Amino acid sequence: MGIWSCLGKDLAEVSESLRIGRSGIVFDPVRKEMGFRSALTGKVDMPDLKAELGRRQRVGMAEECFYAYAATAQAFRQAGIVEQTFLDHEVGILYGNDSSAMAVVEGVDALRRKKDTTLIGSGSIFQSMNSTVTMNLATIFRLRGINFTVSGACASGSHAIGMGYLLIKQGLQRIVLCGGAQEVNPIAFCSFDGISAFSVREQDPTRASRPFDKDRDGLVPSGGSAALVLESLSSALERGAPILAEVMGYGFSSNGLHISDPDLDGQVRALNMALKMAGMGPSDIEYINAHATSTPIGDLVEARAIDAVFGAHRPLVSSTKSMTGHECWMAGASEVVYSVLMMQGGYLAPNINFEEPDEASERLNLVSRPMDRRVDVLLSNSFGFGGTNSSLIIKRYAS
Amino acid sequence: MSTVAQREEIEARTKVFLVEEFEVQEDLILPDADMKETLALDSLDYVDLVVVIQDNFGVKLTAEDFQRIGTFQDFYEHIEQRIARA
Repeated sequence: MGIWSCLGKDLAEVSESLRIGRSGIVFDPVRKEMGFRSALTGKVDMPDLKAELGRRQRVGMAEECFYAYAATAQAFRQAGIVEQTFLDHEVGILYGNDSSAMAVVEGVDALRRKKDTTLIGSGSIFQSMNSTVTMNLATIFRLRGINFTVSGACASGSHAIGMGYLLIKQGLQRIVLCGGAQEVNPIAFCSFDGISAFSVREQDPTRASRPFDKDRDGLVPSGGSAALVLESLSSALERGAPILAEVMGYGFSSNGLHISDPDLDGQVRALNMALKMAGMGPSDIEYINAHATSTPIGDLVEARAIDAVFGAHRPLVSSTKSMTGHECWMAGASEVVYSVLMMQGGYLAPNINFEEPDEASERLNLVSRPMDRRVDVLLSNSFGFGGTNSSLIIKRYAS
Repeated sequence: MSTVAQREEIEARTKVFLVEEFEVQEDLILPDADMKETLALDSLDYVDLVVVIQDNFGVKLTAEDFQRIGTFQDFYEHIEQRIARA
């Protein structure tokens, strides 16, 4: 696995943040000057890749590609995947990404300023497409397997893992790098801010993202990148790879209703499909990393969906978005990385800022303080605009 | 600006963008060196070279212009003439 987020720049740093419940949210004065309703954001540093990548490799990379390269390189390193692996096997790549807004705007600005398309430069086209991450990384790492980007709104990263899982399960791929990436610049988020989706608790940035809390008032945007190497068990055993966990089930659904409102039935169908595919029942799930973004309606509907499916079994629940903010296209992948880190570390990250439940979250078994707990089976939810839902079930690997 | 001063300015600015933006080794940028061989650019890099030349000197070079340019010396002369005509 690999991670580059507002909680840290590698697995160890991020795990420490998760363990103690450290927030990565800050106030960004630039956003206020630009006219944002909320200037809150996750703070994500840009990796310096000059020493690792040449100019030709970097010039087509949008902001999110830099994060994705860092996360992907970490994941390949941890999995023992080296250049020879790419020659021996058709390694694939599937990333969740649903925008490259900054690159698009910069390209169009250059055209408006210079009135000559050549003077936009060669990098803009490769930075501007949603597939910027997969096209760049497949080229840099010389990947020869499946190669495309999954654009499924805030469930993009989760669907990317789900797709990789299905391809491997079908025997069509043996190794697929799955991940999610999200640009963090203001241009990427201005229209999202414009629909009043963000928390305006600007005086207290680290307490603004408060999923499931009665006083939540919106999400906090964030980003970065997360990557996971998915591999068939036989391939991983053959390579002697360190096996961290197994993907057991992938449930998906579409609400077929409102473009931004969540739907209980759609979420319940995704959860039940994931359980069915995993051959598990509600009592098998010990921990749920909730999608909960800290919006009033989103968290309410998810709490009801979790209660409807898991009821009396009451698995432990937390939303790591309380610390990270909403990592959008990346979230489905990063939250699996966060959850597996918890599984490895024998702890559960708290849902910080949860102080008082509402009528739906009072029925959940929420983790509001750091907790030492061994978890062997967990579930990660991701839901997005357009009514796209994804649930993944992950199990500790037992040799 | 005198011709000598202008030529020095063109050479200096060219070195800066080639070293900083194209990561070319500075000691390879010699007046008599073949520009295409030294830079080893692909077709996409040429687009970016057109952009930095336009940004720095206010002139836009075409593919035909590059075909006529052999050495760095040729390039400096070409830019000098284009600036003079502008």
